[in-house]
Amino acid sequence: MLCAGPGGGSNDVQWCFSQVKGAIDDDVAEADIISTVEFNQSGELLATGDKGGRVVIFQQEQESKNKLQCRGEYNVYSTFQSHEPEFDYLKSLEIEEKINKIRWLPQKNAAHFLLSTNDKTIKLWKISERDKRPEGYNLKEEDGQYRDPNTVTTLRVPVFRPMDLMVEASPRRVFANAHTYHINSISVNSDCETYLSADDLRVNLWHLEITDRSFNIVDIKPANMEDLTEVITAAEFHPNQCNTFVYSSSKGTIRLCDMRAAALCDSHAKLFEEPEDPNNRSFFSEIISSISDVKFSHSGRYMMTRDYLSVKIWDLNMESRPVETYQVHEYLRSKLCSLYENDCIFDKFECCWNGNDSVVMTGSYNNFFRMFDRGYQQDMTLEASRENSKPRSVLKPRKVSTGGKRKKDEISVDSLDFNKKILHTAWHPLDNIIAVATTNNLYIFQDKLN
Amino acid sequence: MAGADGDDSLYPIAVLIDELRNEDVQLRLNSIKKLSTIALALGVERTRTELLPFLTDTIYDEDEVLLALAEQLGNFTMLVGGPEYVHCLLPPLESLATVEETVVRDKAVESLRKISQEHSPVDLEVHFEPLVKRLASGDWFTSRTSACGLFSVCYPRVSSTVKAEIRQHFRTLCSDDTPMVRRAAASKLGEFAKVLELEYVKSDIISLFTALASDEQDSVRLLAVEACVSIATLLPQEDLETLVMPTLRQAAEDKSWRVRYMVADKFSELQKAVGPEITKNDLVPAFQNLLKDCEAEVRAAAANKVKEFCENLPEDNREQIIMTHILPCVKELVSDTNQHVKSALASVIMGLSTILGKDNTIEHLLPLFLAQLKDECPEVRLNIISNLDCVNEVIGIRQLSQSLLPAIVELAEDAKWRVRLAIIEYMPLLAGQLGVEFFDEKLNTLCMAWLIDHVYAIREAATCNLMKLVEKFGAEWAQNTIVPKVLGMANDPNYLHRMTTLFCINALSKACGQEITTKQMLPVVLKMSNDQVANVRFNVAKSLQKIGPILDSNALQTEVKPVLEKLASDTDMDVKYFAQEAISVLALA
Repeated sequence: MLCAGPGGGSNDVQWCFSQVKGAIDDDVAEADIISTVEFNQSGELLATGDKGGRVVIFQQEQESKNKLQCRGEYNVYSTFQSHEPEFDYLKSLEIEEKINKIRWLPQKNAAHFLLSTNDKTIKLWKISERDKRPEGYNLKEEDGQYRDPNTVTTLRVPVFRPMDLMVEASPRRVFANAHTYHINSISVNSDCETYLSADDLRVNLWHLEITDRSFNIVDIKPANMEDLTEVITAAEFHPNQCNTFVYSSSKGTIRLCDMRAAALCDSHAKLFEEPEDPNNRSFFSEIISSISDVKFSHSGRYMMTRDYLSVKIWDLNMESRPVETYQVHEYLRSKLCSLYENDCIFDKFECCWNGNDSVVMTGSYNNFFRMFDRGYQQDMTLEASRENSKPRSVLKPRKVSTGGKRKKDEISVDSLDFNKKILHTAWHPLDNIIAVATTNNLYIFQDKLN
Repeated sequence: MAGADGDDSLYPIAVLIDELRNEDVQLRLNSIKKLSTIALALGVERTRTELLPFLTDTIYDEDEVLLALAEQLGNFTMLVGGPEYVHCLLPPLESLATVEETVVRDKAVESLRKISQEHSPVDLEVHFEPLVKRLASGDWFTSRTSACGLFSVCYPRVSSTVKAEIRQHFRTLCSDDTPMVRRAAASKLGEFAKVLELEYVKSDIISLFTALASDEQDSVRLLAVEACVSIATLLPQEDLETLVMPTLRQAAEDKSWRVRYMVADKFSELQKAVGPEITKNDLVPAFQNLLKDCEAEVRAAAANKVKEFCENLPEDNREQIIMTHILPCVKELVSDTNQHVKSALASVIMGLSTILGKDNTIEHLLPLFLAQLKDECPEVRLNIISNLDCVNEVIGIRQLSQSLLPAIVELAEDAKWRVRLAIIEYMPLLAGQLGVEFFDEKLNTLCMAWLIDHVYAIREAATCNLMKLVEKFGAEWAQNTIVPKVLGMANDPNYLHRMTTLFCINALSKACGQEITTKQMLPVVLKMSNDQVANVRFNVAKSLQKIGPILDSNALQTEVKPVLEKLASDTDMDVKYFAQEAISVLALA
């Protein structure tokens, strides 16, 4: 795979503003809140899903790609309603239309395919272009007026003529009725014919072409629901070992399963768990150790997990502790009580790798997001805000003052806005282009090229 | 309506052509299915120059339309002007062979394979083979997977230079970047090997086979197992050991249970392909391992093959191999923890008795049958009972009845009514296998006893069972053995049992025929119209309605009609209602 050019330290990279998508006014409609962001394998397309069940796909402009100054901007390519609100009459439950996850399939022909899921139903969408349409009828004019059949003396075969480019999104498969609980993850296998979907208690394996059957590969539901102590929070397939997948739990553990060993993977092959630091034990320990996201590195050697306060990088060959731990917003440790009261402590932050696995990124509060450079052990806090949204203006690193005297340019912990949170971010698979979702806006940043 | 130049016959065709692009999928589909009519009307020339280019561009349509189109084009040779012009069909099929839907691609490949036979050798090299190459080196995996299915049809008919190119293309696809293409290549490997010269099988195919069988993707490795069967049949016996067996051994012990499952599933084919000597030395231990595999899916697949495997063992020491190597594993499987494994075994285990003979069956197999017959899982029991006939042939009915019958009777009288219900459902099957004599002697009483069971579901099932038995053994048998007993119950003090008589008559009358119904059953039914229980009386009305069509009009008018009329003026509302209904249905008013 081609790797990002300046893969080195974050001090090499100066991030600058490129674009912002979404409404400007502060009045946010619930349906417009972005719930997932995902680049496709080439980075040419960027998909977002929102609480209103819509999927918006942006395409990178091709022509400006050659200009060194700025790479192509992302423009809307296709928008479609992926999921509608539903009502389960048997259980008297409303099923939200909110898109929980989007995953692109490796490209198989000129069209693009993606999986989108809400709490219960996964759908496979095809996004294709059409630039020709048939013309010529026998029995009517092109404008729809009928001709007198008596005047038909010869047969006309329609011909295809060029037309303006049209992008169509069509639902190809609907994978339903396999999840009793809410789906939190979907992940496509490297064999390109199967994918998994995980809910709170189970992981199912699907074939991409078969909708009426899925295999349960993990089931942690106890016989008695009162014995329930943990739930599955995320799951992902290994990027190149087709038999390996991991799932994380609300207790802060990650289990790696080998599908070669048995049809049912209830017993794991590896268990990644860091012993708890007795000094940090508190009422909130279990809540903040819950893993909100797990992502394999592109190389497949490492995986990254995000819990409430930190990002951890694990070597798949070492189960006892992570090889790297990065504090995302350690200054919140003293604020856990109030974060519990306003429910923020249950926020599920996601995390992502850059193209060559040297930098990881995750979100925080106050529209801050964090990057950790693994080689240089450096970190950076940036802010997604309208204030510095002049094209190609360089983002200034932000700093939160942790006790003591607040320096100039620092922001105090107490003035952080906990309603502004960055839960979803995505990194272009090849270039230094990132997509950062604030509540209802999508920011695109890229590195400054000299 | 004939206009100046208007041609009536054109109108329906014009409609069909217009509907090729109708908004409604169903109409488009209809039109595509009548594509030959359109082509016939257009003539070969216009079909080639206008219709086919249009169809080539229609790949945006729904899958079902494309599928129908791909199929139609396989039969289009005459409509484009015969074999001379058959290559005109290649462009539309080529574009269909690249769509993302597997079913459509497969159908397009099928049609391409079909029309490849209609190409002259020259056309095959000029038109068909370049298409295969284009697909094989296409940008997207969809076209490359389609190419995999086309090599074997053109290879035998092209020159040796082109042959070399084709082999090269196949090699490239076997090591394609995407697992989809490697899977497609692996699944066509056996087929391709069949058309290759033996020297190339040994030089090319074996190395590809070995590489695919150790692919990093489980889904590719398991397809190599299938190819193994075809390749092994092509090679002379002396080469098998060095060229195929290392790979096969490795597959049987693969880390992935799905690959081992595939080996178990293809075991009989593999066994035939490698011959008796290798079977003895290699496959027997491999099979033992599969029967003891840690994954239940693999054990079940292997258990399914127990009979076939044993049957195909070389006869000279078959018995010894089974007794010392296979049977101990089978014994363990009888008490497996997984019910699918047990039920797979139960479906074939009876077949071992013919292979092992009477003494071994009695000594070693009968205890296993008995254990499975008492298994908690009904599917296991059913599988045993439905195969009793093969044991019957070996050890004879006496022996069988002594050993197995007690177990069946025990189940028939089980305290749980669901268990009894399950056994009743096997009864017709059992009766067929054991024959009428044996049935009368041992099982008839059981069947009659169920008629007075205290659970309605059992009585109902017993009634239905009687009907099936009569269908098997005939009306005469019914008249002698069943009918008297059934009719005897009409005088039972319990009204529920009296009603059972009526239900039985409902079920049996058709199978027994007019004579028995009129002479024996009808009098009983009519007599019961005086029953003091209203439920019995209205069931009489219902029964009469049921058996009415079997009776002749004389009996209907003189015997049935008066009784129904009497019931129609009964004091009970329900009796009246059903009597009136019967009168109107039988048209006796």
